[in-house]
Amino acid sequence: MSARVTWATALRVLTQLRRDPRTIALLLAVPPFLLALLKGAFYSDPRAFQHVGGPLVGLFPFSTMFVVTSITMLRERTTGTLERLMSLPLAKLDLLFGYGIAFAVVAVAQACVTGAVAFGLLGLEVAGSTAAVVALAVGNALLGMSLGLFVSAFARTEFQAVQFMPAIVFPQLLLCGLFVARDQMIGILQIVSDTMPLTYAYEALDSVATEGSLGSRGALDVTVIAGATLLLLALGALTLRRRTA
Amino acid sequence: MTGPAAIVVDGLRVKRGGRAVLHDLSFAVASGSVTGLLGPSGCGKTTLMRAIVGVQIVESGRVEVLGAPAGSPPLRARVGYVTQAPSVYGDLSVRENLRYFARVLGAPQERIARVLDTVALGGQADRVVSSLSGGQMARVSLATALLGEPELLVLDEPTVGLDPVLRRDLWATFRELAGAGTTLLVSSHVMEEAEHCDELLLMRAGELLAAESPGELRARTGCERLDEAFLALIEQRGPAR
Repeated sequence: MSARVTWATALRVLTQLRRDPRTIALLLAVPPFLLALLKGAFYSDPRAFQHVGGPLVGLFPFSTMFVVTSITMLRERTTGTLERLMSLPLAKLDLLFGYGIAFAVVAVAQACVTGAVAFGLLGLEVAGSTAAVVALAVGNALLGMSLGLFVSAFARTEFQAVQFMPAIVFPQLLLCGLFVARDQMIGILQIVSDTMPLTYAYEALDSVATEGSLGSRGALDVTVIAGATLLLLALGALTLRRRTA
Repeated sequence: MTGPAAIVVDGLRVKRGGRAVLHDLSFAVASGSVTGLLGPSGCGKTTLMRAIVGVQIVESGRVEVLGAPAGSPPLRARVGYVTQAPSVYGDLSVRENLRYFARVLGAPQERIARVLDTVALGGQADRVVSSLSGGQMARVSLATALLGEPELLVLDEPTVGLDPVLRRDLWATFRELAGAGTTLLVSSHVMEEAEHCDELLLMRAGELLAAESPGELRARTGCERLDEAFLALIEQRGPAR
């Protein structure tokens, strides 16, 4: 692995993104817009908005980075640039970490804009620090990125890659505890949600939002998020083949 | 002009999708030579090139490049490979593409201006690649491979779709590179390009029909024109598998 190559890759990915201002605008504007919609929808029940709003600020980057990464990686595969990179003196981790750095930068920007709108304009309040929510958002973005990277190997077209969003992200959102407390679900679904990384992401955010700090449970959640991110990155690295049939 | 072998292929077999695409190929490519890999579309040229670069899963046989097994890590900086479809980032400018690949290769940034000059793209350096013509994109892809000053350049149909002047200039560039010690393996499905090569590998349906110089091919077949010589070879061999 080389810092030079990792850094060059991060810069390259950011330059590509900069060439696409519409995507940047969507990345930054859609989460605040959805939160504003949610606030209006919960007009007659402000407490419900307070309950889901905080965790949502931290969950948006997960789903965004999932889609962005799986499409970008699929493009690397279909245009032959991945094959070229794999024939060059570039370590797989250079590529993965390069992507990681670039998307972390995007995630920080997205989480800051979303947080500023939510906490500044929409009157969202959390018991803990807003900085902790933003920090968790960035961690979740990296989790979404590594998941997107891994599943992109199973998509042959962009249509398929986009369908992974409802297939892989939505079930995790439905079962993570955001919509229904997990102890009120059918037993089998509780077990299923135990195996989903987003459950831990939600719990960590919920601890900060309602209890004010991560606590010991939250520390475990963060460990699971970090572990799942690294595991998925390792699995993603396995899908990058230097030799193909 | 030619020295020890840069590529040694011995008993190479490759299957793709359950079908044999390369049947027991054996040959050597002398270092510092321009070797043309010629044959009709679909005869296995690209698969053979991929095996030499080390990105192809092979069934059996030995492929040795610059004294090391094909695809081994030390070769990644010493072998340049240009695929038939340009593999560069369409959403970056020509210069940004080259800057990135130069960093990956650890090549000095000053070399960018030089390779742009070599492929006659100096004036397009700041254009976004997706706005270029197909031929220009192919040259960006070639420039990228030149950045690392590789000892072996494997070029898959580099002159396809180029205008005659550019094609001539590119062959002159290949000749210059060979003069400086680079070994080039260049594929083409146009027999007239064989004229520019020191050595020829003629392929058909996954088999090697001949490995010799244009002069030897002429002498052996008694045909002055190389496309006729190729036909004569095919007729000697009988129908393809």
